[in-house]
Amino acid sequence: MSKRKYGLALSLVLAAGTLLGACGTDKDKKDSSTSTGGNETDFSLAMVTDVGGVDDKSFNQSAWEGIKKFGEDNGLSEGDGYAYLQSTGEADYTPNLNALTRRDFDLVFGVGYMMEEAIGTIAGQQKDTNYAIIDGVVDQPNVASILFKEQEGAFLAGVAAALMTKSDKIGFVGGMEIEVIERFEAGFVAGVAAVNPNIKVDVKYTGAFDKAELGKAEAARMYSSGVDIIFHAAGGTGNGVFTEAKERKAADKDSYVWVIGVDSDQYAEGQVGDDNITLTSMLKRVDVAVQDIAEQAKEGNFPGGETKVYGLEDDGVTLADSRGAIPQDVLDQVEEYKQKIAAGEIEVPEFAQ
Amino acid sequence: MSNRVIKILVPAISIILGLLVGAVVMLFSGYDPVAGYIALWNGIFGDSYAIGETIRQISPYILAGLAVAFAFRTGLFNIGVEGQLMVGWFASAYVGAAFELPMYIHLPFALLAAAVAGALWGLVPGILKATLRVHEVIVTIMMNYVALHVVNALIKTVSGGSYKTDKIQPTASLRSEFLSNLTDYSTLHYGIFVALGMVIVMWFILEKTKTGFELKSVGFNENASQYAGMNVKKNIILSMVISGAFAGLGGAMEGLGTFGSMTNQGGFTGIGFDGIAVALLGANAPLGIIFGASLFGSLKYGANNMPNAAGIPLEIVSIVIALIIFFVACGYIIRVGLQRLNKKKEAK
Repeated sequence: MSKRKYGLALSLVLAAGTLLGACGTDKDKKDSSTSTGGNETDFSLAMVTDVGGVDDKSFNQSAWEGIKKFGEDNGLSEGDGYAYLQSTGEADYTPNLNALTRRDFDLVFGVGYMMEEAIGTIAGQQKDTNYAIIDGVVDQPNVASILFKEQEGAFLAGVAAALMTKSDKIGFVGGMEIEVIERFEAGFVAGVAAVNPNIKVDVKYTGAFDKAELGKAEAARMYSSGVDIIFHAAGGTGNGVFTEAKERKAADKDSYVWVIGVDSDQYAEGQVGDDNITLTSMLKRVDVAVQDIAEQAKEGNFPGGETKVYGLEDDGVTLADSRGAIPQDVLDQVEEYKQKIAAGEIEVPEFAQ
Repeated sequence: MSNRVIKILVPAISIILGLLVGAVVMLFSGYDPVAGYIALWNGIFGDSYAIGETIRQISPYILAGLAVAFAFRTGLFNIGVEGQLMVGWFASAYVGAAFELPMYIHLPFALLAAAVAGALWGLVPGILKATLRVHEVIVTIMMNYVALHVVNALIKTVSGGSYKTDKIQPTASLRSEFLSNLTDYSTLHYGIFVALGMVIVMWFILEKTKTGFELKSVGFNENASQYAGMNVKKNIILSMVISGAFAGLGGAMEGLGTFGSMTNQGGFTGIGFDGIAVALLGANAPLGIIFGASLFGSLKYGANNMPNAAGIPLEIVSIVIALIIFFVACGYIIRVGLQRLNKKKEAK
């Protein structure tokens, strides 16, 4: 008796499994047929984020916004026409790039210096797909390399910070100690020194782009030691810097704490009630660069094997609207320095001293 | 219902329950669970590339599981697998890059370096436990942090200020053209054979040698073992050292296989901690660990395909995967339930 019942139960499970399996394959087929249909007619593009994730309020997000904008402008649909995959660790880069290549995207962006090697490897294997690497250089005929003169934008942020500080102590929180972030540091420190060489810049690297708790701890240490303005170049880690500053502002409305955001306009990150602790943001227009490269690729002029560098003169880097946080006379001085850099009167160092 | 039927039914029911609850979560957050599970299935077994990557992911899990289980059999809770794995990873990457030797010396040398580094990291808590009775859980947890930051500093030093070590020489690599072509350019490497070899080694040590008998005996009852004339201190140290060596080899899977270098680590890799779950799922037995690691590895890798093919966000995917593992780990409850059911039937 009992045996028969278990037999029945087992066969039920089996039957359910077959049924479910059957609906599955059906749907799968439909999916693949529509996606290939979409790709035949249209240009398509996708990106792989690094560990910060697509909502890091900074670098990856900016790239994704660029792709989304391009997709919407060209009437592409999300999923088939443009898409992203998120990496949770270094081990995900290659599988993610491979997955997008297999979905037949024409152009795949690798966002971040860390993906240099993965892009280099896959570009050698999959020669029919075009790739682009942001913040890195890969020497392959089907890879476009995109770099920014972060030091120029960071220099302006440094000037603004030096003119705004009251304690003559300024902080810099970096992510990993890699060339890209060192360009931020070099420019920022040089910018501060250009205004007042006696200001102390507390430079600290947290070693990660995705650890907000480390950013928060570092910011807490800096603010407690008298620093009043922190510039972060740490992706998701920098969100912790904002959290700390906001907590201090919320506890004491009169406290003089500021954060300078990075990559995207991080004004919304700094909102505390009616106050805002975002002094300004150093924009790194990854979105502009992404759209630029996508546009060229769509027209058949993909700059494969070339390295494009975006700086102050082509609006690749700039300062965001401070929305009143920085008074006009300071803005004028920042503008002056901007002209000098553009004119070549000031050479901003690329490497940290 | 015989015991054998129960043994097969328990994991089957727990996985189905996990999948069902996971489906409910997906349904409630507005995603299609059927598409999600198909994506998961395809992410694990979909094509040769996916299978290659899945096996690649399983290899370090097997070794991490072995490390935890081995110490457990001697009654020690080695939470330091994570740190031991990191130092092993670094040692293998360093030896792989710094020396120029023929392959048949270089590769074993690099693997050995990883094992020795892991063993040293296990030795410290082993000695402290054996001589001063310092609890190994505390020491191993702290050793993890030491490993993380020491390794990061070492990476910086040996690479001359860069964030990653040099690429290992091809003579030290576990990767091969053959496996790569077989699986459509996946990162599959020969490490899986190293891992399976170590499963046999663990089984052999525990079941076929006098040392293994002593280690298990200490695990069952320290006092009785001492009374029987065994050297308990020696066995505790030995157990931690062997456990650390397994973990170190797990690091070599990453250093010599998957990555071929080591990057500055912002935090723990998680493999060592997952190793605890792998060992417990596998009931600390060599064969069980292969199954535990396969489950963990496949879910972990296959889950990546759910955002890709079904558009389900990574956060939801993490919840679903955690639920499946949760229910598998709850197998005991299901077993008790089934047995109760059985008894009632028999009473009737």
